[in-house]
Amino acid sequence: MFPTLRCIVRFYAEGFRSMTALGRTLWIVVLVKLFVMFAVLKLFFFPDFLAGKSDGERAAYVLEELTDGGA
Amino acid sequence: MDYLQTVDWSRAQFAMTAVYHWFFVPLTLGLSVLAAIMETLYYRTGDVFWRRTTRFWMRLFGINFAIGVATGLILEFEFGTNWSNYSHFVGDIFGAPLAIEGIMAFFLESTFIAVMFFGWDKVSRGAHLAATWLTAVGANLSALWILVANAWMQYPVGCRFNLQTVRNEMTSFWEVALSPVAVNKFFHAVASSFVLAALFVVGVSAWYLLRRREERMARGSIAIASFFGAVFAVVTAVTGDRSGAVVARVQPMKLAAMEALYDGEAGASLTVVGLLRRDRADDDGPFRFRIGIPKLLSWMSFRDAESYVPGIRDLVAGNAERGILSAEEMMARGRKAVAELGRYRAAREAGDRAAMAAVERKFDPAAPEGEEFLREYFAYFGYGYLESPAQTVPNVPLLFYSFRVMVGAGVFFIVLLAAVWWLNRRGTLASARWLLRLCVWMIPVAYLASQAGWAVAEAGRQPWAVQNLMPVGVAASKIPSASVGTTFFLFLALFTVLLAVEISILLRQIRLGPDGAEIPEPEKL
Ligand code: HEM
Repeated sequence: MFPTLRCIVRFYAEGFRSMTALGRTLWIVVLVKLFVMFAVLKLFFFPDFLAGKSDGERAAYVLEELTDGGA
Repeated sequence: MDYLQTVDWSRAQFAMTAVYHWFFVPLTLGLSVLAAIMETLYYRTGDVFWRRTTRFWMRLFGINFAIGVATGLILEFEFGTNWSNYSHFVGDIFGAPLAIEGIMAFFLESTFIAVMFFGWDKVSRGAHLAATWLTAVGANLSALWILVANAWMQYPVGCRFNLQTVRNEMTSFWEVALSPVAVNKFFHAVASSFVLAALFVVGVSAWYLLRRREERMARGSIAIASFFGAVFAVVTAVTGDRSGAVVARVQPMKLAAMEALYDGEAGASLTVVGLLRRDRADDDGPFRFRIGIPKLLSWMSFRDAESYVPGIRDLVAGNAERGILSAEEMMARGRKAVAELGRYRAAREAGDRAAMAAVERKFDPAAPEGEEFLREYFAYFGYGYLESPAQTVPNVPLLFYSFRVMVGAGVFFIVLLAAVWWLNRRGTLASARWLLRLCVWMIPVAYLASQAGWAVAEAGRQPWAVQNLMPVGVAASKIPSASVGTTFFLFLALFTVLLAVEISILLRQIRLGPDGAEIPEPEKL
């Protein structure tokens, strides 16, 4: 279909260049959404709760959680 | 106290994100296939009418896809932050399907969709058609993996609990991927999404017919979508029925709650419509009024009209005659399993290798004591965290009514789509204006039915995050409830904006029509 990499790049570039107003609006929505999700929400509000722990420490932590006051 | 609130907030946040995410998914799954079918007609006939029609529906698909894409990732953020115990506990089993899904989604989005939108007139007609079909197949396959992961939470099979890592590890990929829950869930969720998309196409086309615009495109689209929708509405009913039979076996409490069946019965009848009492099951029974079909529930559950369907009371108090353990008994067994885990932790902290090895044998399915311990005790592990048997009962009214909304709509959709197909074929649909109006209104009803399906599946497995193994209270991270509350409202705002943007862009594009030209203010419906 596309013999060379250059063809592929041109295909995408032309696609973006000749995009309709609707296409551009949708790209803006996608980019703003991804920015809010990753640069704001994930970074500031959704840290990995067990981040910074090694595998062993994670296991020990969850074992504690499962056995503290459980039985 | 605060922790309890955290669990409630985390659940509310997850439910809200999942509901919003599911507003985008079913239309993506179904409309991609409908667009591919229409493009196939273009490919085969060479008629530019089908090219124009395909491009119109593809545009609506693109809007829904662009706005919905990646909203599911927020659920994954929530796993890591709000549900860290759960994420660790299920790690490997969830990890594999989600990784496959991520990789597939990436390739799908960056290649096939690009060809689909940018490739008209740039690649051959055959290559374009292939890209459209691959987008449709890829979207539906990527839904497969997340549904497999969900099915595992409802019916955790094909895994083994590893004491050292404190997580479940997959022992058989195929047992996980082909469990009866996973298979039915996939076909039911996909088939019902096809129905939703078909109703969307029929509804939008009906709107055009009501306005006497784009009549050829509307009739052509209805011809395909109504036939496709009617076929998949039947598939939805068949797979839904099979799902019900699987639920009866693996989640009997969910089934009893869906039917508000408090006392088990042999030859149990299926409630078609009913109104529940507020004060639940007193001596007069749970219903204010009820119409049922004799023996149907028994037949649907176990394919035997005389079979015994356990009720909520049997499942809570136990029924020795029927071999049903009481919740108390399961809680006692669960506590023993949790206590073994506690012993393991103490031995590990004390560095007592012999004591560790003794517990390890119990968790080893290959060891004789392990086989028994896993079957008789660890199978009820999650019950060890419950405080009262009443906690095993999900929200009965929510399940009962959601199930009726879904099934009622499902049966109605079969009749409606078949009738629309027939009238359209005879050329009399455009004059049945009441039916066209009804078709427009069926778009939100289809969304409601789809959401109701998830309410049944998810609220029905409460209190479990992982059926019988991990209740939601243990699954949640111990983080301040205020922070989960804050992110709840952030998401509510983000998703509401996204949905509003989607609806407004979609409506505008529908108003503009396939050529994207402004038309005079249309007459009222
Ligand atoms: C026609 C009769 C139908 C029957 C008998 C039926 C039955 C069921 C059952 C038993 C479940 C729960 C499965 C579980 O918890 O594992 C379910 C879930 C679901 N249903 Fe239906 N359903 C029907 C129609 C529909 C319709 C019309 C839609 C949407 C347009 C729909 C959408 C869903 C969805 C999205 C789920 C959640 C995914 C899943 O668990 O499969 N269903 N259905």
